[in-house]
Amino acid sequence: MTVTTGSTRAGEAHVDRVRVRSRRRPALVLGGALLALVAAVLAGIWVGAFPLPPGAVVLTLVDRVATALGGGHVSGGLDATGTAVLLQLRLPRVLLAVLVGAGLAVSGAAFQGVFRNPLADPYLLGAAAGAGLGATLVIAYSPAQEIGPFGIVPLAAFAGALVGVGCALALGTAAGGSQSATLLLAGIAVASFLAAGQTLVQQQNTEDLREVYGWLLGQLGRSQWSDVGMVLPYLGAAVVVLLLCGRALDVLAVGDDEASSLGVHPGRVRLLVILAASLATASAVAVSGLIGFVGLVVPHIARRLIGSSYHLVLPASLLIGGAFLVLCDLVARVVLSPAELPIGVVTAFIGAPFFAGLLWVGARRR
Amino acid sequence: MTTATTTGARVEIIDLSASYGRTRVLDGVRLTVEPGGWLAVIGPNGSGKSTLLRCALGLHTHDGMVRIDGVPAAGMPRRERARQVAYAPQSPVLPEAVSTRDYVLLGRTPHRALLAAPRASDRRVVADVMERLEIGDLADRQLRTLSGGEQQRAVLARALAQQPRVLLLDEPTAALDLGHAQQVLDLVDGLRRQDGLTVLSSLHDLTLAGQYADRLALLSAGRVAAEGPPDEVLTAAALRTHYGARAEVVRGPDGPAVLPVR
Repeated sequence: MTVTTGSTRAGEAHVDRVRVRSRRRPALVLGGALLALVAAVLAGIWVGAFPLPPGAVVLTLVDRVATALGGGHVSGGLDATGTAVLLQLRLPRVLLAVLVGAGLAVSGAAFQGVFRNPLADPYLLGAAAGAGLGATLVIAYSPAQEIGPFGIVPLAAFAGALVGVGCALALGTAAGGSQSATLLLAGIAVASFLAAGQTLVQQQNTEDLREVYGWLLGQLGRSQWSDVGMVLPYLGAAVVVLLLCGRALDVLAVGDDEASSLGVHPGRVRLLVILAASLATASAVAVSGLIGFVGLVVPHIARRLIGSSYHLVLPASLLIGGAFLVLCDLVARVVLSPAELPIGVVTAFIGAPFFAGLLWVGARRR
Repeated sequence: MTTATTTGARVEIIDLSASYGRTRVLDGVRLTVEPGGWLAVIGPNGSGKSTLLRCALGLHTHDGMVRIDGVPAAGMPRRERARQVAYAPQSPVLPEAVSTRDYVLLGRTPHRALLAAPRASDRRVVADVMERLEIGDLADRQLRTLSGGEQQRAVLARALAQQPRVLLLDEPTAALDLGHAQQVLDLVDGLRRQDGLTVLSSLHDLTLAGQYADRLALLSAGRVAAEGPPDEVLTAAALRTHYGARAEVVRGPDGPAVLPVR
């Protein structure tokens, strides 16, 4: 396919559906997605080797908050073991899944908007390859395991992702200004180079292969509150910026020339969105490894439900992405319990058939 | 209310030169469009018509100057320029799965904060403009499902929603049959007469250009070969010299008509 056209083949499937959805529909879809997210979180906390019933979980949390605020105790919560499992294991893990899923999905939607390309995903500009190289390097060579409260692998992955995107942006800008096709090609060049570097390091250190491979496939199994604390500031700031940029991305959909004639600086918008999306991606990758599929497909699911305007696609992707990853993580924990499946495998196993089904239904409706 | 709050601005193009790489496509072009006037730029393929319009918008690097009511356009903030000058390109990029109303709403971009939602007043302007261009019934339809003529009117509606003082139209009739072409040109002419909008357009159909514009500028190899009222610019000799065409020019009641000769 061609990379830059505003008119994409995928979109022509929608065209025959002549009536655009009624104006109340977006609010319904966003409300539904929010409910789905809440339900997914409760289910994610509930299900596991040590089941935590949602009613008791809610009461325990209410009790905690009430106690912290100096109010009375609320009874009916979990016992001591349950509370420990909830607070030390389940809750940080589920929250991290929400953050990572939401961050990847919003970044994916933003990248698709910026590049006007439905095949774009958060890893496109070298974030994944950079993070992979960074993580592999420290797994193979670093004597230290931690710096301060943070693990060395997340830090290296975070830095690697940012370096990867930075190289792609620098190369793309030097080669052709802020045009999206040039940037995309620069990203592909940088990603291949870094991926080759990662493969080389990995081949030289086969004894670390298992650990590297486990990281590459994505993992939420070792989630701690410190992980949540590490990603939340960056991811939160980036996501807020991206959500604010929705309307600007809608203007960019008419192409650079026309967007300029409407008073917008396409290059500046693109740079801001790419920086924010890359920051979100780097944060997510740092704590969870390379979880594929969420960033590519969740935006398409959101689009099917809510239309193509980015000021709606972005928040919808956020909610759906969070819910989707929590459910995938739940499946990853349960299927081979007590062993875990790599979450990257589960996202594709669940997501691919689901998305194929959506495509099929969409095609039949024509 | 809406679009009638504006009056046209004077557009001055002064010694404009532009290149693609080493190829010079515009060479010292000087043109003036009076407030409320309609200047149609004509000329053979590759003569620089589209580039001239793109330069006037600041979309293409150039030497020389474009002034809107005496103010150099290059020095204007982009938002400010977008409130003065609206542009409808020859082949607009039509976003997928977007309703006609949302598309026309994009025209309000220079009038609101970029990150903010459209206000009620924006929606009112859009509804008025769409009513005026008779596409009000198509508001909820997806833009891509409209016919060519309807899409052309939607693009024009987006430009008018900017409430500009100058309308730059690059081949507004290129994709249209004769009837729809006349419809669009009648519409532009009506807007110009009611609101005093200044119109600068390229038009490849010489007869239509002569019938609708009050002045023509003939571009040839990047230079202005002739400029003036249609009767003076459209001559058989000019068509032979600059187009390499065999044609008679017949004086009609609404302007000269170009009749090809075998």
